Amino acid sequence: MLYREAGQFKTSYAADQQLFPIRQDRMGILILLAVVFLVIPGVASEYWFSAILIPFLIFSLAALGLNILTGYAGQLSLGSAAFMAVGAYAAYNFQLRIDGIPILVSFVCAGLTAAGVGILFGLPSLWIKGFYLAVATLAAQFFIVWCLTKFPWFSNHSSSGVISAQQLIIFGYEFASPQEKYLLVLSIVVVMALAAKNMVRSSTGRAWMAVRDMDVAASVIGIRLMPTKLLAFAVSSFYCGVAGALYAFCYLGSVEPDGFSLDMSFRILFMIIIGGVGSILGSFLGAAFILLLPIFLDIALPWAAGLLGLPFSNATVSHIQVLIFGALIMFFLIVEPHGLARLWQITKEKLRLWPFPH
Amino acid sequence: MQFFLEVLINGLLSGVMYALVALGFVLVYKASGVFNFAQGAMVYLAALSVVSCMEKGAPLWLAIILAFIIMTLFGIATEKFVLRKLVNQPPITLFMATIGLAFFIEGLAPIMFGSEPRALDLGIVDEPIAAILDSWDMVISKFDLVAAGVAALLVTTLALFFQYTRIGRALRAVADDHQAALSIGIPLQHIWAIVWGIAGFVALVAGMMWGARNGVQFALTFTALKALPVLIIGGFTSVPGAIVGGLIIGASEKLAEIYLPPVMQSMFGGNFGGIEGWFPYVLALFFLLVRPEGLFGEKHIDRV
Repeated sequence: MLYREAGQFKTSYAADQQLFPIRQDRMGILILLAVVFLVIPGVASEYWFSAILIPFLIFSLAALGLNILTGYAGQLSLGSAAFMAVGAYAAYNFQLRIDGIPILVSFVCAGLTAAGVGILFGLPSLWIKGFYLAVATLAAQFFIVWCLTKFPWFSNHSSSGVISAQQLIIFGYEFASPQEKYLLVLSIVVVMALAAKNMVRSSTGRAWMAVRDMDVAASVIGIRLMPTKLLAFAVSSFYCGVAGALYAFCYLGSVEPDGFSLDMSFRILFMIIIGGVGSILGSFLGAAFILLLPIFLDIALPWAAGLLGLPFSNATVSHIQVLIFGALIMFFLIVEPHGLARLWQITKEKLRLWPFPH
Repeated sequence: MQFFLEVLINGLLSGVMYALVALGFVLVYKASGVFNFAQGAMVYLAALSVVSCMEKGAPLWLAIILAFIIMTLFGIATEKFVLRKLVNQPPITLFMATIGLAFFIEGLAPIMFGSEPRALDLGIVDEPIAAILDSWDMVISKFDLVAAGVAALLVTTLALFFQYTRIGRALRAVADDHQAALSIGIPLQHIWAIVWGIAGFVALVAGMMWGARNGVQFALTFTALKALPVLIIGGFTSVPGAIVGGLIIGASEKLAEIYLPPVMQSMFGGNFGGIEGWFPYVLALFFLLVRPEGLFGEKHIDRV
């Protein structure tokens, strides 16, 4: 009833091919954008900005990057945190070593640096795939973090490779409060998410999906594997790199290489599994889920323990968190291999027919 | 030269320890095509259950039997509740499910048995062998030699088991072709349960060796990560490959750790310890350039 496209006629190709062909979707997106840009900055508290919203947006961006690589192009990667580290350190060094470079330009350059590194570590994907490639990306994970720790040049000779992000000044305006940083991160994420959404429905995206489904068949129908796969690595690493730069500049302020651990790579991987492999929306849903679950468990577990009269130590709570994480991963893979995004899609299908399902 | 030999031998012996973990991967992968990322977590679970059985007062042999029962039950439960539900899914999905399984075990094991690091005493002392120290002036650990012996025994037993028993033949048949095996009446699901039981057993042996050497602690789960380059070099489907790969990784990483930092220091200055952390992966990466299917792996043929 509310969600139906009956009566919406497309009279031009442009109208037929637009990003959100259904009017209700367009309105939904506009309302969502209005809420996140106008309403949330007014109502959210400082804690919400700096502990939930900003990391959520940053990890969504990283998950988006991994989703392009794993979900669309089918190349499994366990090194996304390392590419975030490259982005963070590159942005820091561009700011440090080039006088007067605008911060946004250094973010873009950081993304491009990460893309370059991504292409380098994506080269093995040309002759290996699957698990073998996963191990190759593990090499990236360990090697990059080690390099950033051991070569003092990257961190400007600070002890143990810690860097402190420079001030965020754009056109003479300093983004200092969590609220301003939130708006900055949000704008970047929205632009990049739209770009990704468009990219995956272009011929590039279709080529990625063909390679994902079967690369030999894709090359038979004339898709050149090398540029396609490497482009996927480059774009994915670009997204991860920008996410890393934002992670350092807008979220933590100071980071060390060991912060970008294998554990973080796995968390990003879980985000796309739970959110939905091969879905832009899924990256956001998965990031929200993975970030909110520990916060929820932190509150719920002691409460449940009090209710049952069991003494839970902090260590036990963190173990239970890990256990629930693992159980959820398996649960999602068994019940809904396409993740939360698929559930949303089913809901929409149902809504189209509601209240007369036949 | 003396020093080089000492590093080499110690590297080879520690490579045996990697091979022990890699074996568990190979067995499951051969029989069911599942790349079991949870093998490292299983090593941790096995070592923890041995230690806590001994803490409860059980002698070593009883603790080992109890731990074996726990691991077998766990393996069968995994097959029944996770993998059976994922039949016909792409391998990547199965792989990610085992990552979930790894997290599940890593949370469950400390809740069941406690998370503090503990020592596991097998009655073998980790000390240099006096005879070698005297005559060649090399430090070779007694414990490492025993570990190598255990690994050799394990591989021989497995090889005999695969070659000469009924179940072993069935396992090889399943590994070759699921459908063909099914059609001649091999019960696929029993076989998978058995494979997971054997993987649990291998994890138990590896867990006891690693636990006795480094203490039973959470870091045992990382042994799985070290086993991955071993698998790349040896091939995913070959038992001897796991051993040879383990030896190559163990030796080369110890040699790199000793001989590379001074070279890099003279080139760039600074401190370059910790090469061990990434060297096996980069080595495996270069290995993939030359032989993508590993030393003993089967050549992969794509069919469209």
